[in-house]
Amino acid sequence: MSISVVDVTKRFGDFTALDGVSLEVPDGSLTALLGPSGSGKSTLLRVIAGLERPQGGRVVMNGRDVTDVPVQERGVGFCFQHYAAFKHQTVHGNIAFGLKIRKRPKDEIDARVAELLALVQLEGFADRYPAQLSGGQRQRMALARALAVEPEVLLLDEPFGALDATVRKQLRQWLRRLHDEVHVTTIFVTHDQEEAMDVAEQIVVMNHARIEQAGTPRQLYDEPANEFVMGFVGEVNRIGDQLVRPHDIEILLEPDGRAQEGQIERVAHLGFEVRVDLLLDDGRTLAVQTTSADAEQRELEAGQIVYLRPDRARRFSAQR
Amino acid sequence: MTSAPIAAPVPRRGAIPRLGGQALTRGLVVAYLSVLVLLPIAALVATSLDDGLGRFWDAVTIPQAVAALRLTVLVSLAVAAINAVAGTVIAWVLVRDEFPGKRVVNSLIDLPFAMPTIVAGLTLLALYGDNGVLGLSGVSFTKLGVALALLFVTLPFVIRAVQPTLIELDRDMEEAAASLGARPLTVFWRIVLPNLAPAIIAGATLAFARAVGEFGSLILISGNIPFETEVASVFIFSLIESGGINSAAAVSVVLLTISVAILFLFHLVSRWSVRHDAA
Repeated sequence: MSISVVDVTKRFGDFTALDGVSLEVPDGSLTALLGPSGSGKSTLLRVIAGLERPQGGRVVMNGRDVTDVPVQERGVGFCFQHYAAFKHQTVHGNIAFGLKIRKRPKDEIDARVAELLALVQLEGFADRYPAQLSGGQRQRMALARALAVEPEVLLLDEPFGALDATVRKQLRQWLRRLHDEVHVTTIFVTHDQEEAMDVAEQIVVMNHARIEQAGTPRQLYDEPANEFVMGFVGEVNRIGDQLVRPHDIEILLEPDGRAQEGQIERVAHLGFEVRVDLLLDDGRTLAVQTTSADAEQRELEAGQIVYLRPDRARRFSAQR
Repeated sequence: MTSAPIAAPVPRRGAIPRLGGQALTRGLVVAYLSVLVLLPIAALVATSLDDGLGRFWDAVTIPQAVAALRLTVLVSLAVAAINAVAGTVIAWVLVRDEFPGKRVVNSLIDLPFAMPTIVAGLTLLALYGDNGVLGLSGVSFTKLGVALALLFVTLPFVIRAVQPTLIELDRDMEEAAASLGARPLTVFWRIVLPNLAPAIIAGATLAFARAVGEFGSLILISGNIPFETEVASVFIFSLIESGGINSAAAVSVVLLTISVAILFLFHLVSRWSVRHDAA
């Protein structure tokens, strides 16, 4: 189901969480709302779900204005950062909840729950209580619970935020595959740019209650609309009024007319990649990314004087 | 709370020496409980049997004793049930609603605890008595009056048990239920109430225990009419006054036994209501 958010404003007392936000989410897409905390991304998700009522603007789903439709009738599945497991009910009871509300026959519920348990790889856990599950298992249960009622939209609020790094990476791969299987329009909130770029087809970067830019991961990285987006979706160095990515700076061993001189402070070996921290002659610092092979071949080491040539540096005009 | 791992038994920390060692702390607990609870009960049981088992049986089976015991237990159960419902509602309003004067109301809840119960009885009599402010008849010196006094003195228990649980309750659970199609009433019934149940039961248990033992607030408003409004505590007092100390002890032992049995039942229900918390 396609979703349009039109000029939505949401305030909590004096705090403006959404300031005239508009957004298009195509049917069947996987979209990430990315931004720092307090940027309004969770509020936007909750407005789409119907968990918050905006003070202004409309939410349109498949051409139908649902702004005044309560959450119960929006046909959305919602997952929370801290799972919101019904802790007094078993895994089966949790997943069956929405179906029981809809008074489906017991056989149908049992069959659907079994199907979902298989989908989220929790077969054999039906009779456990949430307290007996790990965080990752609880979140998969919560996903199955949300999917049980066959929502047309799946909304995930920092779904992996409370999990440790390994489980998080596994789950985001799994979410990606799940989306390929189920094809439900999915929006998830994250403050982790790597997670957004890894999983999403469309990323919406938010800051200060506004959308800074929406686009594919590639577009955001290669053609950021402004300084904030450039800084948020990847690392940047500032040279004068220009911004440049650490891998877009070439290290030269010999001076060349326009290259800037600098001294290597540290060479950090991060596996395949190497980060070279440099001190420029004007006292500023700079990080350059290169490959381990390159650093080795050219024998880069701390104390060495080198010459830097930025490539594809960007200059943004004053913001807004 | 939500990210808590599987409930595990408290690990034994062999490396850190305990204060005074395990034997000493256990000994202290046993000694303390013995002095305060076990020895008095033993003495009570011994006194009740001073005149032999036959007299014990006679003392507790005379119709007046049976009537007083029955009234006490039944009214206490009813009062616990009523305050379980009312206390939950009040706790809900105090936690979830915002209204002017909320803090004042919240601090008023503890008044029944702060007040000498005889004063509570006097207050109720002044209000509901035949010559009271409201000019009602049919409250004082009736079972209704007994229930009213007990409802008053046991008011805080359920409220104070439920409030912290309600504050800690994961609101996401309720939103998740709503997103799955549950209406507010269904959310309350299927999500909120089951999670409050242990606290409600704990509060009701205390209310029941308190009601069974209540004396001060009842002595005025109940009128102590045998077979009508005379509760066990007042009956026991009247036995002592008329020199029947052994009979009084016998009735006390029976009251104690019934109470302990009912408290154990409450405990079982409570265990059942938190079955999902333990692995």
